[in-house]
Amino acid sequence: MSSTLEAIDVVKEYPVRSGLFRRRTGTVHALSGVSLEVPKGKTLGIVGESGCGKSTLGRSIVRLHDIDSGSIRLDGESVESASGQDLRSLRRRVQMVFQDPYASLNPRLTIGSALIEALEIHGLAAGRRSERAQELLEMVGLRPEFVQRYPHEFSGGQRQRIGIARALAVEPEVIVLDEPVSALDVSVQAGVLNQLKELQDLLGLTYVFIAHDLSVVRYLSDEVAVMYLGRIVETAPTGRLFAAPEHPYTKALLSAVPIPDPIVERSRERITLSGDVPSPLNPPSGCRFRTRCWKATERCATEIPLLRTMADGTRAACHHPESETQSPTDPTDSQRTEAGAQ
Amino acid sequence: MRAQSVAATTKTTRSFVGQWTLFRRRFLRHRLAVSGLVVLAMLVIACFGAPWIAPFQENHQDLITGSTGPSPVHWLGTDELGRDFLSQLLYAGRISMSVGLGVGVLSTIVGVLLGSLAGYFGGWVDELIMRLVDLFLVVPPIAILALLLQGFGSSSATIVLALSALGWTVIARVARSQVLSLREKEFVDAAIVLGASPLRVIVRHMIPNLAGVIAVNVSLAVAAAIITESTLSFLGFGVQPPDSSWGNMLSQAAGLLGTPQVHLLLYPGLLILITVLSVNFIGDGLRDALDPQTKR
Repeated sequence: MSSTLEAIDVVKEYPVRSGLFRRRTGTVHALSGVSLEVPKGKTLGIVGESGCGKSTLGRSIVRLHDIDSGSIRLDGESVESASGQDLRSLRRRVQMVFQDPYASLNPRLTIGSALIEALEIHGLAAGRRSERAQELLEMVGLRPEFVQRYPHEFSGGQRQRIGIARALAVEPEVIVLDEPVSALDVSVQAGVLNQLKELQDLLGLTYVFIAHDLSVVRYLSDEVAVMYLGRIVETAPTGRLFAAPEHPYTKALLSAVPIPDPIVERSRERITLSGDVPSPLNPPSGCRFRTRCWKATERCATEIPLLRTMADGTRAACHHPESETQSPTDPTDSQRTEAGAQ
Repeated sequence: MRAQSVAATTKTTRSFVGQWTLFRRRFLRHRLAVSGLVVLAMLVIACFGAPWIAPFQENHQDLITGSTGPSPVHWLGTDELGRDFLSQLLYAGRISMSVGLGVGVLSTIVGVLLGSLAGYFGGWVDELIMRLVDLFLVVPPIAILALLLQGFGSSSATIVLALSALGWTVIARVARSQVLSLREKEFVDAAIVLGASPLRVIVRHMIPNLAGVIAVNVSLAVAAAIITESTLSFLGFGVQPPDSSWGNMLSQAAGLLGTPQVHLLLYPGLLILITVLSVNFIGDGLRDALDPQTKR
């Protein structure tokens, strides 16, 4: 099977300018060589803290901004250099669902007009656009009469469904979901997630699912990529990642997910990372996670760890992955004892 | 199954009401705006239909009578040249209305378009348009107007063009700043990802969200244009006698302060006020009608 979506060594940097002559005084390293691959019809979850570059990656995939180097390909066609007619057809193939359901719908347009606009742009469903708009609403579990209502008449969950309907209007192959449920109540999240899953099965969609909530990612993703400060630190099939994380950062993230069983919850070891994420203006040399890692050695400061293939399809960018460490749960590190005391 | 869903769709289609219908409904529910529209329409008809409606012809003089007070023949009296004041007002309204409304609409369209382009594209487009705005703002307007009208002659068309050429800068700056903030909204990103052209994004997604500032600007610009025109007439660059506008009738009547004819000051002033107020109410109504969140 051909892989639908591919990112190869994507770099995105924002210049920081200051002073009278707008001199470049620094660079925000938003994405520093990100590569990933999403097979057709599958879901790749992307997780990481805020500021790790996951949204920048999503916005690069839908061409909301250009990238500085590297390549993003859809079935081998390059996304980053498309223009004119190619860009138009690309826009039809790749869509996005946004994070904030309150800002992602134009308050002045009825739901019908917003959906019909998407059809108009690509000349779809000519002559039966209002019927098509109603069908789209039904597809996302909303009543077709909603076409004549305005966004402010809906709840967050309903708006997010409308956002999904708008993305579906152009019959895309890939949808980038940028934290689609993080603004919703937990009870509503489940409904939207189930809807997304159903639509994927029905339409064979490929998802890039960006989130910071691991349990949400786990539910929807076939594979998960963990990002830290503009780099992917680990990717693995979902089950594998949750069962046996290789990268210390992944391990720390997973230990922060609450377990609904109080006995297990009390007995398990927790890793609390100390300190903050370093500034992307001036990321640490070598491994970017080393400043907060309890396993960091001299090698981590000098040599950038590359993504290496480990067992069972896991790839991790670490000099000291869990499976290669002698005593993986040895709590002797000073940073961890300190963290445990907090 | 298929037939069933088709039946369901056709049933709901009937209740589909377009954006335009909703807009019209909301506007018609706005009483002040509707009355403003009616009054303005009446004024427009009266003024532009003056050749058929006015009791006397334009500049019909009765030099023997001279200036008189209100009478059954001359409802508002006559001026010092014996011209029927009511007829004068109606004829003068043609110029004042076209100048006021023309400048209000034209300068707003130009200003909103250029301001939006500057805000949307940024970079050199922004620099170019905003430096042009600065240029227009630093040069004294009366000097430019005098120059322009001297060069092209002063008809109501040239006055409208000249005043619009100067008047677009204020709304351009406002539109630019609003577009800059709208640029960050996710619905604009969504439109771009859907493949909407910059023109579509600006016209469909940004300008409707500027309705409030546009409505305010139009009503201010209409009033300002009528007044500026009278200033120009006073300085000799605007409408020249025997043609008259409300503005120059007002400045002529200002000389009557302290005489029994002082009421002549009232009428042109009143008509300017009514026009501006009507435009203001219509602007309010449009703004509310364009905003679906208005509770009415």
